[in-house]
Amino acid sequence: MQMPPDGLDAVDYIGVTKAAYDALGYDSYRWAHNDEPPAFVTPNVDLADAKVVIIASGGVYRHGDIGFTHKDDTTHREIPADTADAALRVTHFAYDQTAAQEDPSVVFPLQAVRRLVDDGIVGSVADMALTFMGGIYSQRRLREQLIPTLVRRTHELGADVALLVPV
Amino acid sequence: MGLIARAIEASGVATTSLTSAWSITASANPPRAVFNDFPLGHTAGVPGDREMQLAIARSALEAAWTMPEPGITVLDHQWPGEWRDDARGPVDHRTERLETPQYQNEDDRAAAIAAHGEGPACGC
Repeated sequence: MQMPPDGLDAVDYIGVTKAAYDALGYDSYRWAHNDEPPAFVTPNVDLADAKVVIIASGGVYRHGDIGFTHKDDTTHREIPADTADAALRVTHFAYDQTAAQEDPSVVFPLQAVRRLVDDGIVGSVADMALTFMGGIYSQRRLREQLIPTLVRRTHELGADVALLVPV
Repeated sequence: MGLIARAIEASGVATTSLTSAWSITASANPPRAVFNDFPLGHTAGVPGDREMQLAIARSALEAAWTMPEPGITVLDHQWPGEWRDDARGPVDHRTERLETPQYQNEDDRAAAIAAHGEGPACGC
């Protein structure tokens, strides 16, 4: 497991969560752990020609969409690439959403990626961004329900690279 | 999100993740992540700071072309102000895990019901 570099005082959220659960007498939350190296592919095109799909777990939806439930919701929402920030909403059970509800760009960088496209840095943004509410405690449901859908939609949207934004 | 990154990459599409939770990301071991030392809930930048948000998105995307092997790269953006004591302390923002659709505000709920009825959340 990669350790933080010297001088970086990163908060150990696994340790913080374990301490909080221990104090309450709960079983420890089992964070995903993979010793096996990940697949590692290089995009086929340059960034200036690449199509980017944004996938964000901060509970972002549009005004008029059905909101997320706060318990193992493995559905996702699709946010059209031209959606204005004013139409974006956020709901989540686990993090402080004060900033995200005021400026959705802090958890959903659609506006930034659109600007990178306008500036010629990035080729294009996928027609839809894919959003869901993270904090899904069931890794089985994540593997069987949400992950296959996100993989399929990434390919259907023709993305060359996926920008993943957890909270 | 690390599991999702690994699955998408294994399907042949490069991924790059933002993160502010080093231990969670390192444990999940995704192909690529760029780290900002920010309080949770602001993975893509400081509210209202459009230039920083742009730089972070750009750095994350460039990582898919420049990182030679899997790992986490640290960016050098600074969060304005001290926040670590709260993050390490007993403050807990979790709320009850309700099983019905939740909304930022009641206008959203009304608009969703008008558009979709009272039914269960769609998979879209």
